[in-house]
Amino acid sequence: MSAILVWGILCAQSLLGLALACSTFRILRGPRAQDRVLGFDSLYVNAMLLVLTFGIQSGSLLYFEAALMIAVLGFVSTVALAKFLLRGEVIE
Amino acid sequence: MSTPGDISTLGAVLTVAFLVAGAAITLIGSLGLLRIDTFYGRAHASTLGTTLGTAGVAIASIIYFSALEMRPALHGLLIIVFITVTAPVSLMVLVRAAVFRNEFENQPGPPEASDNEPG
Repeated sequence: MSAILVWGILCAQSLLGLALACSTFRILRGPRAQDRVLGFDSLYVNAMLLVLTFGIQSGSLLYFEAALMIAVLGFVSTVALAKFLLRGEVIE
Repeated sequence: MSTPGDISTLGAVLTVAFLVAGAAITLIGSLGLLRIDTFYGRAHASTLGTTLGTAGVAIASIIYFSALEMRPALHGLLIIVFITVTAPVSLMVLVRAAVFRNEFENQPGPPEASDNEPG
């Protein structure tokens, strides 16, 4: 184990944690519904990147599949929420 | 706390460079989410930042696992391709919903919408 890897991963994780905090602020504070959906869209991508860094930290490829799952489900839920904002229902 | 496995110094330096660059770009995009005033500007900033940041972190993951397992580990390409394809789609769907809602409530739309009507 090299020290640069440990500290670099910690640094990247704290940067991603700050990004998560920004997205959460937009979800809680967003003046309108589309701002909250946008914050959620940014939140799931940031969480997925954090899971990827956990995978690098532990050297396991299992985290990778969890990250792919988060990406797929996050995209579907963003589109569903946007469709709901557009039409008032998701499946017509 | 678990510790990373043994890889070469060059691999570690490349991994950390891509990882920190990707995380920093993601943070910049999310800071745009915090700082920019209009919805359309926020959507722009966060989508661009997260797309490029995802590419950085996924490339770091590819480099690390390739160096760790001594064979090409290209799983990260899946995430890069998926995010690159889906981020503009979700941006467009969300901005369409926002334009519709703003028109419905007579609020200001995106900057160019008042000059040329969409076809």
